[in-house]
Amino acid sequence: MKFAIQINSAPWESQACETAYQFSRASLTMGHEIVRIFFYYEGAYNGLRWMSPPDDENPLIRRWSELANEHGVDLTICISAAQRRGLLEQSEAKRLGKSDNDLAEGFRIAGLGLWVDACLKADRLLVFGA
Amino acid sequence: MGVLHLVNRSPGETQALAQCLDRAGEGDAILLMQSGVYAAMKHSALASRMEQSIRKVNIHVLAPDLAARGIAAEEVMKGIELISYEGFVNLSISHGPILSWN
Repeated sequence: MKFAIQINSAPWESQACETAYQFSRASLTMGHEIVRIFFYYEGAYNGLRWMSPPDDENPLIRRWSELANEHGVDLTICISAAQRRGLLEQSEAKRLGKSDNDLAEGFRIAGLGLWVDACLKADRLLVFGA
Repeated sequence: MGVLHLVNRSPGETQALAQCLDRAGEGDAILLMQSGVYAAMKHSALASRMEQSIRKVNIHVLAPDLAARGIAAEEVMKGIELISYEGFVNLSISHGPILSWN
């Protein structure tokens, strides 16, 4: 079974991201496929490299990157949501005369079209976070 | 195939569950998760409406979220099934589409 997942909350806002992560882990362990996790609205913050929550909170930022490394899960952040929040990947930062690369490992930035693409390829869509 | 309704707010927080119960039909499933698990308790604010719905809709509650809020299985209303994340995945396979209520 193929799943497409949309996340609309920041990691500190609610439990939504944690639930999405646990669902993703469980489905991969059970042998299912995640076509794409699409981070939209406040969900864009999930890929912010500079987040430094306390280590004893088992930071989600690290676990998302691990998920991408271990299972090749496509972690895509909506480009307009990202830019609004100042979350820029290197080439975009350069174009705007800034020097950062704000994306955590395993994340990429792309357009809303990739959410539509995931919807077309997946058997089920799940939305987490308001 | 029935719809899977995801409810993640307690009945005191938003109208999510009330609206979901209005909408859920025969063959649908509801999964209470995050703060939505408070609605699984006996004598919750919407207990009587939940009892009516249990007759036609399969209601589930995410066990790890119950545990995280210190709610024991004995406090859960009769007819509501406790499930794990694996159970959540299986519900997503056996039902579709999946609607999130906030």
